[in-house]
Amino acid sequence: MSETTHSSGAAALRGGAREALGVPAAVLGAGFIGYGSLAAEHGYSVAQAVAATVLIWALPAQLVLIELPALGASLLAVIAAVMFSSARFLPMTISLMPLLRDSRYGAVTRYACAQVISMTTWAVSMQRCPLLPVEQRLPYLAGFGIACLAVSAACTAAGHGLAGVFPPLARLGFVFLTPLYFFVILVGEVRTRLAALALSCGAISGPLFHLLSPEWSVVLAGFAGGSIAYWLQKAYGRRA
Amino acid sequence: MAGAPEIWVLVLAGGAATYAWRGLGVLLSGRIEPDGELFRWVACVAYAMVAGLIARIIVMPTGTLAETLLPERLAACAVALVAFYATRRNLFAGVAAGAASLVALNYLRVAL
Repeated sequence: MSETTHSSGAAALRGGAREALGVPAAVLGAGFIGYGSLAAEHGYSVAQAVAATVLIWALPAQLVLIELPALGASLLAVIAAVMFSSARFLPMTISLMPLLRDSRYGAVTRYACAQVISMTTWAVSMQRCPLLPVEQRLPYLAGFGIACLAVSAACTAAGHGLAGVFPPLARLGFVFLTPLYFFVILVGEVRTRLAALALSCGAISGPLFHLLSPEWSVVLAGFAGGSIAYWLQKAYGRRA
Repeated sequence: MAGAPEIWVLVLAGGAATYAWRGLGVLLSGRIEPDGELFRWVACVAYAMVAGLIARIIVMPTGTLAETLLPERLAACAVALVAFYATRRNLFAGVAAGAASLVALNYLRVAL
């Protein structure tokens, strides 16, 4: 995170890709090796596993897609669960896109870039983009996101080929890497007090709402936790 | 192995279901100003949703992670944070130490 601006849009794209090809790619790669080998064990071909990574690009939803059919759920129930688990993309996209807005990028580019938004690319871009000149933000996200997606797709294929090689214990480590990675970036890298407050409220509401309703938990925890954080900051923010 | 056709149906439908939120987000984001109150509230909801999902995965996981115990997962998270700060905010060190401690704790419990 040394350089804050780039000489051009193309340089921002490359800069984003370079930043991705470090720790983010290593952690995502390991997580997707785990996903690829799990998918292979559930009858996915290598093309199906890679297509799932590229088209869905959300590990929790991809795991739902494997776990629920294995439990005998119907197609409709599986798709509903995927929609609930990925509802976060709505507020994530709404809160990232206005930061990237610039007249030289058209609608097609913006809709295409939405596909590379993931928890990792979103969390990093929310921190980095406000520090960049506005015309470099969308190229930065594209470079960072495409690099993450490419590494993850390659690792999905590698994991598919390596299925059965890893002992269950090693796979446990792979599966835990991704939530752990988000936990550390969310706790360690968030800079504003409002974001920290929203994260804390969400972290408390997530498991609580899961007890009430597993399928609605992500949506409800987001609305309740986020609104409480917003209100707390508004009511007490100036004094604190 | 060609893979069952019904898996293709799942993958394509899953992709469409996920992209629906992303596309709707781009559509709705056009009217939001990045320094307005609505933007601040939506960002709060996004952070809370992400944190809620991660907390749920750590506290009440499904699948492979459900074979581990809650104290093991919490201890692994604590180790990750300590390693992260002890190495001057090295993400890789934090995440690797955390995952390794979950594997080690699980191994010890099963082996002993």
